[in-house]
Amino acid sequence: MKAERKKRILQLALWTWTWVATLALATFGPIFLWKENKTLTITAIIVNLINGGLMVLANVKMFRQYDELEQKIHAEAMGLTLGATVVVGLTYSLLDQTNLIQSDAEISVLIFFVGITYLVTLLINRKKYL
Amino acid sequence: MKNKVRQLRKEKGLTQEQLAEIIGVSRQTINAIEKEKFDPSLPTAFKMARIFGTPIESFFYYD
Repeated sequence: MKAERKKRILQLALWTWTWVATLALATFGPIFLWKENKTLTITAIIVNLINGGLMVLANVKMFRQYDELEQKIHAEAMGLTLGATVVVGLTYSLLDQTNLIQSDAEISVLIFFVGITYLVTLLINRKKYL
Repeated sequence: MKNKVRQLRKEKGLTQEQLAEIIGVSRQTINAIEKEKFDPSLPTAFKMARIFGTPIESFFYYD
């Protein structure tokens, strides 16, 4: 079980790091490396998208490797995060549309919110069950 | 649900780590079951019953 878990963690780490690297390449490549060559930009974006898909698959395999309590802890955290993100995301978008906030609504803010919410709910659930 | 998992595990001379290894869950899960913070799935309960050599209803009961 421990060896299997180690393997899954390494696979997830690998796909996560390569996803971050290909995202950086797709973001900064057109500015610093290939000076707005559309073919290279599209290729970089497709590579990043495929890499992202493989990262998600590695995450699913990792989740399936968890035992029943770990799955419950993560599933509850994911459910809470999904619900909170939909509600907060739409409110954030509404604030932008009604010009109640100065800046434009950015997807990065929502991604940051997802990460923090998942982490906090995970810690609360671990405290609750473990 | 209430249970007597800790008592039966000790009677069998097993540590939480050993029981977890046999059943295929983490030690934390065994600890959570013993503290009655988490009710295990039926397959896990059946595996425990096989190890303890006693029916499920003799160590898991609804209070």
